Parts: sequence; structure tokens; C-alpha cells
Amino acid sequence: MSPDGSIAPSTLSLKDLPWQIHWDRDECALCGQCTAVCPVNAIELGVHRKRIVQSPIGLDDAPSNVYQVYYGIRQKTDPAYACVGCAMCNLVCPNGCIIPCRSDEADKLRYHVNRGGQPRRRGGRRNVPGGVLDQIKFVRISMLTDPALDAGRHEFEVRTLLGRVLPPEENLRLLRKQGWIPPVREIYPLMIGAMSFGALSPNMWEGLQMGVGYLNEELGMPVRICTGEGGCPPRLLRSRFIKYVILQIASGYFGWDEIIRAIPEMKEDPCAIEIKYGQGAKPGDGGLLMWHKVNKLIAAIRGVPQGVSLPSPPTHQTKYSIEEAVAKMIQSMYMAWDFRVPVYPKISGTTTATSVLNNLTRNPYAAALAIDGEDGGTGAAYNVSMDHMGHPIASNLRDCYLNLVKVGMQNEIPLFAGGGIGKTGNLAANAAALIMLGASGVQIGKYIMQAAAGCLGSESDRCNICNVGLCPKGITSQDPRLYRRLAPEQVAERVVDVFLSFDTELKKILAPLGRSTSLPIGMSDAIGVNDKGVAERLQIRYVV
Amino acid sequence: MCRLFAVTSETPLSPMTAIHALDVMKEGHDGSGVGLFLSGLGDPFDQLDGAPILSGIFTSDGLKRLDYFMMDLGFITKYKLAIKVPKDPPPGIPKRDIYLVRAYEYPETWEGLDESEIHERLMLIRLQMQQMGKEKNDMIIFSFWPDVIMIKEVGDPIEMAEYLQLDRKELQARIILAQGRQNTNYAINLYACHPFFLQGVVTMTNGENTAFIPIKEYLMSRGDPGYVGYQSDSEVFTHILHFTLNHLELGIEAFKHVITPLRDEALDNHPSSVLLKELKHTCRRFIVDGPNCVIGCLPDKTLFLVQDRKKLRPGVVGGRPGLYAISSEMCGLDVAIGDRDKSKDFQPMYLDTAFIRADRKEVTVCRQTDQLPLLH
Repeated sequence: MSPDGSIAPSTLSLKDLPWQIHWDRDECALCGQCTAVCPVNAIELGVHRKRIVQSPIGLDDAPSNVYQVYYGIRQKTDPAYACVGCAMCNLVCPNGCIIPCRSDEADKLRYHVNRGGQPRRRGGRRNVPGGVLDQIKFVRISMLTDPALDAGRHEFEVRTLLGRVLPPEENLRLLRKQGWIPPVREIYPLMIGAMSFGALSPNMWEGLQMGVGYLNEELGMPVRICTGEGGCPPRLLRSRFIKYVILQIASGYFGWDEIIRAIPEMKEDPCAIEIKYGQGAKPGDGGLLMWHKVNKLIAAIRGVPQGVSLPSPPTHQTKYSIEEAVAKMIQSMYMAWDFRVPVYPKISGTTTATSVLNNLTRNPYAAALAIDGEDGGTGAAYNVSMDHMGHPIASNLRDCYLNLVKVGMQNEIPLFAGGGIGKTGNLAANAAALIMLGASGVQIGKYIMQAAAGCLGSESDRCNICNVGLCPKGITSQDPRLYRRLAPEQVAERVVDVFLSFDTELKKILAPLGRSTSLPIGMSDAIGVNDKGVAERLQIRYVV
Repeated sequence: MCRLFAVTSETPLSPMTAIHALDVMKEGHDGSGVGLFLSGLGDPFDQLDGAPILSGIFTSDGLKRLDYFMMDLGFITKYKLAIKVPKDPPPGIPKRDIYLVRAYEYPETWEGLDESEIHERLMLIRLQMQQMGKEKNDMIIFSFWPDVIMIKEVGDPIEMAEYLQLDRKELQARIILAQGRQNTNYAINLYACHPFFLQGVVTMTNGENTAFIPIKEYLMSRGDPGYVGYQSDSEVFTHILHFTLNHLELGIEAFKHVITPLRDEALDNHPSSVLLKELKHTCRRFIVDGPNCVIGCLPDKTLFLVQDRKKLRPGVVGGRPGLYAISSEMCGLDVAIGDRDKSKDFQPMYLDTAFIRADRKEVTVCRQTDQLPLLH
């Protein structure tokens, strides 16, 4: 409330905020680190005046007041400075005397985050915890009739294919007459999905790339990473490591000037080209890099002026129909690398995914289809898009897979699923469930930020300020003061940790199912769920 | 785990050879099914000059329906072997009206058709008959093919053989495949009983096929009307082999590369690496994880045995020129061919395909690391 006691419609109390800072005066060292670190300036130095009543013993002196001043912190209630719950204050506090706590009821802030007529924008995932993937269990355990495998000792081939696979007869016919067979990459089924250079800080990007490089070159795991729509640093384009990278082209074509120039100088072909038509977190909306993050480096790589917001159009503007948008674009991208690099589209989860898929089945060049479900994360989007738009990945993916089975092309167009995989930490179980529902592989973004760099964001609306470049961990910031908190080498180490532990967990799922020679894509008899509606919808076993 | 036995002999043998071999491996089957495949038939069936032979079980009504059906198509009975059985079957064997083995003259309208067209039509007629049988539950059709007899029934092999009097001299064959079933995962159904047959390709398997559903879905989407059934997860092996031979036009040496391809590191240095990598990608949906021992016979009468890649089921091949057998257990081989050189018995491992060509001169073993015959 203002000092003069007046209130306005957006005057809020601490109780109205989603996060309230609890601070212990007795333990506070008054070091000021919490106020310095707070990314949204929700707390400031507080000079508090306190009245102390003094009642002397006896009747000689009358009771009196003493006014004292003490120092501490004050939480702001202006919606523009509302605490985001990141708890960096707690992280830096030497005495652990400050922590944000979640309000015990729905906040009132949500009604006031549109001041200036600008609806709320944020990063992160849809603010709904949990999901159907966690409910899926693996129920076909090999035992007496078929001995289970040993996850630790047997040889496993955890690989998938990215690229258009021809029907067997056609493939051998072309092999016999030495015809063109579409390029196919044999890769690890867990990919790091599209997060652009720009959305991520340079240190985060470098850390991910280093981790992927190590996994490939030292550990022999063919892990691939997608650039997202933001181009690719020129040195990486011209290095051998580009073969581990999937270059993304999206409707803003950011960074492609640089990529096209680099083609003649490339030592290796990129793994693939992903054409982004949609993103699960904000379907029907283009990419968005807000001006806060467009500094000199980002502007140079993307080929744009500094300090302007970069909203990509929702669709590729040079195209007007599906045959233009998909067929011609795929073919053009193939031509750029002389038909040696697979090109595939990525769409957001939608009920029209099967229509897109049916179009791809008739396009002999389409190398895959990536579908990003509603639980996917983003660096920046309107809150309404994130929370209310989109399709859950499980049924969307299943519909597409069963559609492929119907037309007999389940081995020809690999489906890659993304969006909320590992949302509650169950990365391997979620990935395996999607593979058994029909995915050839899965893409993760938010998970790797959480696991490899300590992203604090959550589906309970914690932090989620990736859009304005204030990431307190330096993951999605372009401010050197913030991103130097993140050491690329340590990110790389964590990436390796994540993939190695995922590999072990996946084997712990596959081995009891008796599978090791090939990825159990579409092995729907192995999974069950204790929800009849879900079981019926996904055409899997209902188990209680 | 089921027990399997297969034999190939220069001189026709009685199916009892195989039944006795199954009997000594008795602890491996539980009477839930016996299947027999006979080919290279002896007298009188070898006089029939390629006439298709129908094998199946019928009720009296079913037989009447069959007669009308075949007459309508223009087939005329050339020779028949109706097995009349005692009134009361032994315990465990269901009561049936007629076990039928009947050879037909091709319809006159089929004259001049090329072989592939005839093969297609024979298969479609068999499928149609199976469908008719399912509708009224009055006929079970096992095969309709030249020089092939199949008999399947529930019960103990020896008891069933005695009940059906399989030691009769009209029922001798140069190639016999037999399975004693250990029911593990499916209801007792004669269509789930091995061996499985499709257009001259026959296989039987023991073990369980963990990749059954994706393989089944892929086979059923290949557009081949013969890829149906799947009462047993092992039926897919017959169809994968059929696909390898008929659709991919590859030989038996390639079959193991289809179901259990080599790892990438091994493929990189393989003399046929280009073909094998393509095969691995394009036939990815046929990859099995076992545990399986697959024994089968090709249209050219080659008998073979392959194992899965890791789990392996017991399987041994042995014999002497002119007479070779493949058996789940050594004791089965001992009963059938006691006078062989046992030091030459061979138990194929995870890279091997063992086969005996129709000339029955030797057991050939090809390893997956060997070069494949060139594509032509």
C-alpha cells in the first residue's frame, strides 16, 4: 500500500502473492546477498521502525514508548516485482534465514499481470503438474517362458533410425540397380531437442555441445542435439562436431544466412535438418526471442539488429499450402546438401497431426515426423498459449503410429515424440512408454536444463522467467553477469551423467521385457495403465 | 518349452520316426498339441504329379461343405486318405469325425497358368476354407499344397499316432517335421500348433517371441494375404522367412540377418556390409529377441536350423549322408539316427545357420560373419 494509505485496483498484499518471502530477523546477517541476487528485485533493503513500550517498575515514572529502527528485507507487492519463487535468496544466504513459501491459496496476482494491456508472457512449461506418461507401467515381464535379460551384462543395441526407410522390397531393388536410397542416421533414441542459441546462454549452449561431443567421441553414444531456430556458431558449422547436430529451420529463418554461407566449407554433413512448423508449448505461434536477450552476439549469428524482439511468424510465410510448406521445403533442404542429409518436419501436438502424417507418407523425401506435445517447454510464450493450447503427446503419438501401422509404413517414417518427457523426473520410464506406444525416439529440452544446469522452473509456476533473460542460473540469459554463473564444462559433465544414467535405466526397463536386440518400438503389449479410459484410448492393456 | 524334431532322408520314412523322437523328449511337452509336416512324400502320393493335397480335420457336415466348395471351383478328387479312427479317442484327444488327406486334380481352367499364379490361388483357397471353417466350426485346414501333408492334434504324440494309425505305409515321407507342444501362453488351439506353413515355407519354433506384436503388425501391413493367423507368436517366423525368400528374393543365408542382424561394429567390417546395413534398417521390424530355435524347411526341400542371438534354445543337427536330423535334444537324435558319427553333431550358436540341402550330402553351416551371396 502506498504511504498515504490509498489503494488502487492492483494494490496487493503479501497474502495475495503466489510466493511469500519468509525471513528470520534473528539469523539474518544483513549481508545483502539476497537482495543482490533476486532476479526480479522482489526484495529490497527494509528499514523498519518498531515501537517498544517501556513500563518502569514503581509508580514514579509513567510508561513510555521508544521508537527503534531495525534493518532487514522488505518484499515488494507491486505486481511488476512479485517474487517468482526461484529461491536464489535462499541459495545465497549464509545463514539460510530466507526462503520463499507458496501461498496457501490461489493468488490474486494472476488478475493483475496484464498491466499496460500486455498479457503475461513467460518461459517454462504448462503449469499443470503430472501427466499420463507417469501412469503407464511395464507389465509384460519375461520370466519362466522367456528368461529376462541382464541389464548389466547382456549386449544391448539401444539405437534408432532417423531418416526415410524404404519398404524392404523397394530398398533392395534400388540397391540392386544402384539407385538413390534416402539417407538414414542411426542415432541414440534420446535427443536433445530444439533450444536456440539465443534462448539459451552461450555457456549453456557450449556445455550441451561439449557433452554431446563427449558422448559421441569418447563413449560411442550417437546422441544428437537440435539447434533450434537461432542459427549455429560459425566455428561449430565448420567443425567435425556438426555431424552430431540437427540444424533447425523455422519460420523466421534466423541464422540461415550464416549456415548457407558455411555449406561449402563444412567438413561434415549435419545429422539432419528439422523444419519447425510448430512447438508444443505454444502451438500455432511462432518462436519468440524477446529484446532483452538480443545482444550483439545473438544479433550477429541471427543476422538481425540488436535489441529488438524477434517473433517468428506462426507459419512459413513464403508457403501457402501443405504441398508448398512440406513437400517443396523438404525437397529444397535436401538439395542444399545434395540429398545426403535427412530432412523432417516438427509439428506441435494437434488433432491434425494425422493429416500432416498422411501427407508425409506420400512424400518420398520426408525423413521423419517430430511431434511436440502440450507439456513441452519454451523460452518465451504467452501464458495463455502455454497453459491452454496444444495436444497431449501420448494419444497424438499413438494415433499417428496406429495410422502408420494401418498403411504399413511404421518402419518407414520414424516418429519422434517430445513435450513433457521426464516432467516429473521419470525420464527413462516416460521415454520407454512413448517408444512402446510407437515413438522411434524422444526429444527433451526442459529436462536437460533441469538436470544438466540446475534450472529451477517448475509446473507450479516457479521462476519461469526465461523470456526476459533474467535466468538466475544463467541458463537462458544473455547477460554475462548471469551466465558466467554456469561453467560449460560442468554442464557437459552433467549431460554425460544424464545420458549414462538414462541408458542404464532404459536397459533396466528393456531387459525384464526380454528386449535388447532392437528398440521395442510399438511393443504395446508390454505396457498397461490403471485407467480404463486411457487404456481404451491408447489401445493398451487396462491393469488394476 | 516345446520339443522339435525334423528329419530329411533319401528313402521315405514313417512319421513314427519323428513321433518316437518326440517321445524320448517327453518331459519337454505336455500333450497340448502335436504337429506333423510331411513332404517328399512316398508312394502313393509321389505318383500324383504335383497335385495339391488338402490336409485338415472335418465334421461330417464340414466335409459335405468342402465337397460342394471344391466342386464349384472345379477341383476333382484324385486320391484320398480318410483316416477312420476308433470310436472313443484316448483321454486328452478330442473326438473328431474325419481326419482328411485328399489330393485333387487342378481345374481345367487352371491349365496354362504360371507357377506363381497357381501358388497364389492355392493359398487363397486355403484361406477361404479356413474362414469357412471358422464360421461354422466344422473344418480346420492345415495345408493345401502339392507334396505336403500336415496333421495336428491335441494329445500325447505316441497316443495320437497310435490312434490315427500313423504308421501306415501310405504316409511315408522323405522330410518330416514334428513338434510336441508345451503350452505356455495361448489357449489350446490347433491353429497355434507348429509347424506353420505358407506356400512351401514351413517353420516350427520353440521359445517365446517377445517382439511378437510389432512384427505381427508389420507383417499384416505388407499386403500379402497369406500373412494372417497368428494364433501363435511363432507363426511370424514362417512369414518372415516367406517374406525373405519370396518378397526380397534372398536365400536362407539371409534369414538370420533379417531376424537377428549383426551389431553395427561387426557390420562395418563385414564383406557384405552395404547390403546388410540396408537390410538391417529396412527389415528392422522383423528383428526378434528370442528365445527361439527355429527349424524349418524351404520350398526346395532344404532343412535348416537357426537360433536367436542371445537366449538360444537347445538344438542339434547330426546324421550321415542321405539321412540327417535336427532335434531339440540329443536323445531325440539318438533314437532316430543311432548309427551316426556323433563327433560330427553340431549345435548351432548365435551366428550360425545350419542347413541340409535336398541332396542330403552334408550339413552346411554359414555364419553371419561370412560373405552373403551377391544380389542378382
